[in-house]
Amino acid sequence: MSLDPATVRRIAALARIRVTEDEVPRLQAEMNAILGWIEQLNEVNVDGIEPLAGAALRALPMREDVVTDGGYAEQVLANAPERIGDFYAVPKVVE
Amino acid sequence: MMLTDLTIAAAADGLRRGDFTARALTEAHLAAIGARNPRLNAFITVTGEAALAQADAADAALARGEARALTGIPLAIKDLFCTAGVRTTAGSHILSPFVPPYESTVTANLLRDGAVFLGKANLDEFAMGSSNMTSAFGPVANPWTRRQDPDAVLVPGGSSGGSAAAVAARLAMGATGTDTGGSIRQPSSFCGIVGIKPTYGRCSRWGVVAFASSLDHPGPFARTVEDCAILLGSMAGHDPKDSTSADVAVPDFRAACARGVKGLRIGVPREYRAEGMAGEIDALWQQGIAWLRAAGAEVVDVSLPHTKYGLATYYIVAPAEASSNLARYDGVRFGLRASGGEDLRDLYERTRAEGFGAEVRRRILIGTYVLSAGYYDAYYLRAQKVRALILRDFSDVFGQVDALLTPTTPSAAFAQGEKMDDPVTMYLNDVFTVPANLAGVPAISVPAGLDANGLPLGLQVIGRAFDEETVFAVGGVLERAAGFGGLHATAG
Repeated sequence: MSLDPATVRRIAALARIRVTEDEVPRLQAEMNAILGWIEQLNEVNVDGIEPLAGAALRALPMREDVVTDGGYAEQVLANAPERIGDFYAVPKVVE
Repeated sequence: MMLTDLTIAAAADGLRRGDFTARALTEAHLAAIGARNPRLNAFITVTGEAALAQADAADAALARGEARALTGIPLAIKDLFCTAGVRTTAGSHILSPFVPPYESTVTANLLRDGAVFLGKANLDEFAMGSSNMTSAFGPVANPWTRRQDPDAVLVPGGSSGGSAAAVAARLAMGATGTDTGGSIRQPSSFCGIVGIKPTYGRCSRWGVVAFASSLDHPGPFARTVEDCAILLGSMAGHDPKDSTSADVAVPDFRAACARGVKGLRIGVPREYRAEGMAGEIDALWQQGIAWLRAAGAEVVDVSLPHTKYGLATYYIVAPAEASSNLARYDGVRFGLRASGGEDLRDLYERTRAEGFGAEVRRRILIGTYVLSAGYYDAYYLRAQKVRALILRDFSDVFGQVDALLTPTTPSAAFAQGEKMDDPVTMYLNDVFTVPANLAGVPAISVPAGLDANGLPLGLQVIGRAFDEETVFAVGGVLERAAGFGGLHATAG
């Protein structure tokens, strides 16, 4: 599976990373080199093998569905690049 | 002997006896940082005033007879651990303005035990790298140099390169690191110190900037096996704030270091004999086998048949998880925001293009691709199945042996700028370390010898899940046999 320039642009758009036209050929070459190398996994017989998401051997613990923390609006907003009152501010999305 | 040459164990004893104060110990390390950090660039942030205040508090605790395991011990903290009120960058431009209002569980545990934090150690951006060359705050120099070519600046390894360089250069007595594919063990090997990646779940990930959550393991660096055991004893423990944190008692790791290997069965996995392995690496490995035999272990040949697929599996799973974890950096809630965004989407795209470096962008794109509709089964699901086979390899082999012995890295430290031509060449650094991350089992790197250039080389001991004690026991035997403990980095 080899990526074409359109796919590189589509993936970058999905990842919300701005990519300029002159970056596309280099990214395409690098991603194809990595994906080509990864293809070796096709040699492995994985019939009947359950996928493993992580090495934590225990089931995730359950806890009570209650509020345990919160009420720190100032701390939560302390790192905001831009705020208006107790809200994060972003460019206008609705006309 | 200089105060900065002491081990943590010896310094803790000296502090209790009143041979020197915690303030003097911290001042000695801050002076060393002042002298050597401009060249090494091991620290992104030095918190000298706060460190001295912590040292004074340690002296007061010592005077009251209330010393804990790490009272007055100066440490470096990888700049991936959130530290309350102290900027935490993850080595990335995108987090350069970020000051966390909270403390990670691991660093909170160290503070509880009296540690002094000297500052935040440099790292590859978001812990993605094997050379510390991807940091937005500049590369770190390895304090070691080649005998034949002393002017070449070598990498400390990565991603925890600043932590390893700081400990090797005597700028800190120990350090925290994180290991997602080898990021504690590879820099330990390159810098001639000890580092352990504990079992997945042993140290909480809460408050550690996430790279690949199923593979990220916090752990310690120090100059001796025993010092690593002391640090891990403090860092480890169950944390309800990390749902994958294991509710397992923390044993006396320190006591295990002197346990010896008599009667243990040590496996030597034949698949780690990589093609083209340097003769020196193989010779060191054989030496390690001989040391363990001489100490009473039985050494047996074993097989981990899926070893060769570890790296490719890793380079699907890790970018996939990274692409998801790093989605949070959008320029809205914290961190960098690019100027000139026309609308929200443009703001996201500009912020992420400006804020992330080339390697991070590349991994996010790979991760996005392998998770995207139509490719998920072929890449991500297949990688998860191969991961299951790799774990099964370890489970099978640990039915026959108590621990495994391998080299840590396929080479000694390389020069800055080398192996940068294509990403896969850099990725190959982690060929021996990645399988333990995929399986979640504990693994230590212990300095065991020098190559022809006078550069340190490490041996790796891999153990059963939650059996760090055996890993420390084997590591202790290797350390005593190698007699490496007193060796200094050669320059810087």
